[in-house]
Amino acid sequence: MDILNNLFVSLYVWVADLLHGLLGGLGLAKDAEAALVSAIMVLLVITVILLWMVLMVLILIWLERKNAARLQDRVGPNRVGPWGLLQPVADTIKMFIKEDIVPANADKFVHTLAPMVAMMPAVLAFAVIPWGKGMQPVDINIGVLWIVAVASIGTIGVFIGGYGSNNKYSLLGGMRAVAQMVSYEIPQVLTMVPIVLMVGSMSLVKINEAQSGWFGLQWFIFAVPVGPIAFVVYYLSALAEVGRTPFDLPEGESEIVAGYMTEYSGMKWGLFYLAEYFNFFIVCTIAATLFLGGWNGPILPPYVWFILKVYGLILLGMWIRMTWPRFRVDQLMNLAWKVLVPIALVNIVLAGLGLPIFKTIGF
Amino acid sequence: MSTPLVLTYVGFLIMAAVAICGGLIAVSARNLIRAALGLILSFVGVAGLYFVLEAEFIAVVQILVYVGAISILVLFAVMLTRGLMRRDLSAQNSQWIAALVVALVLFSALLLVATGTNWKVAETKIAGDLIPKLGEQLMTTYLLPFEAVSLLLLAALVGAIVIARE
Repeated sequence: MDILNNLFVSLYVWVADLLHGLLGGLGLAKDAEAALVSAIMVLLVITVILLWMVLMVLILIWLERKNAARLQDRVGPNRVGPWGLLQPVADTIKMFIKEDIVPANADKFVHTLAPMVAMMPAVLAFAVIPWGKGMQPVDINIGVLWIVAVASIGTIGVFIGGYGSNNKYSLLGGMRAVAQMVSYEIPQVLTMVPIVLMVGSMSLVKINEAQSGWFGLQWFIFAVPVGPIAFVVYYLSALAEVGRTPFDLPEGESEIVAGYMTEYSGMKWGLFYLAEYFNFFIVCTIAATLFLGGWNGPILPPYVWFILKVYGLILLGMWIRMTWPRFRVDQLMNLAWKVLVPIALVNIVLAGLGLPIFKTIGF
Repeated sequence: MSTPLVLTYVGFLIMAAVAICGGLIAVSARNLIRAALGLILSFVGVAGLYFVLEAEFIAVVQILVYVGAISILVLFAVMLTRGLMRRDLSAQNSQWIAALVVALVLFSALLLVATGTNWKVAETKIAGDLIPKLGEQLMTTYLLPFEAVSLLLLAALVGAIVIARE
């Protein structure tokens, strides 16, 4: 059991030892060798996580399409591979060999820059996600704030994508995206405050550790009433932040073609698409960490619990996406400013007042 | 110099270069959006400098407030101007000589202060999580400045709403 629980941590230690053994023959100085090994290990971890995330996105795309088909009484992709499992792979190959078209009057530099900037926050956020016990790439004491801060960079990517295409639909989509992301960022951040209050730290690892009681079931979502309210508000505003239906106004294909992505094709479009799924995955991991106990849970190994929770949230998001029609712009803004923000603020007050009670029952 | 110190120095040089390059793009670009993007690059460079100085909290807040919020406002404001797609806007107007003089005076004043001040460096690193300590200080010793800043922001907010309603 212990071996299973620490599988990946032991693997990391084993690889590091192996590297030490290999580099020992080079006759380097002690600290130079240590520095070299840690540098290689950092690169290895980054590579593994990026590959893992791309794999996750391929699975998510397949899952999304199959799920959508199921909920709409269709079959979904079923030609490439068993149950259509290889469909995302085929799509990826198609995307790579597609022609990259840049509009003649576009600002070419900004047009190319936008997808890269849109990818940045997702990749930066992976740095602090605790995948399991001892499995966070970096544990910084401001993990929560880091996630919020880097997520705000993504808005710039979408916005300059809308501008750089020199297309009215792109610009409209970019404008909508910024208005939406800026509005929904506020309730999203406000719902993190009660959790930070209860833990007394912004480190994602500490937040995980704070939820380890009650045989691994002391999750903050059970801290009634603050936890459930915060979770629902967070999840809704996170869905809006990453722009999934019913909050997909920035794309709104029936109104503005494809919003900021209208003029993008080939792998540039693919990067936007990838960033969207990365962001969706990340908000689900953050929701799982903050409210659903992260890696904590009885019996199963920590990383299995974490992935199970994340996929549960992802399936919930897909369900919402498939069953709700798109909001109007005014409804969208009303929901953020007149419903979610006040609820989140009241929730912070409740958390502050209830803090002694939560402390006595173990939170 | 020891190895970590060299690394810190290299990090400082890189981040300072990023900040200065961003600033140069911001003042020399002939397209407003590109100028705004240069400004964002400069903000990122400053955040990097804070990281090099091991002030992670301020660095992340710099990204959150400047890169994530203020630059979005700048971009939005630029978006509402005319000649958005033009790439031949002049970075100067008729008052560039006066601006140059003011900028030079300000720069030399800042330089004098920066080099003339005896900066106090703490001998030991403060142990543990810094953010609770920071919060405590803001709520006790520095409560008055903290509240004054809140009031200032509130005034700006109300002012913006009043202007927007007219």
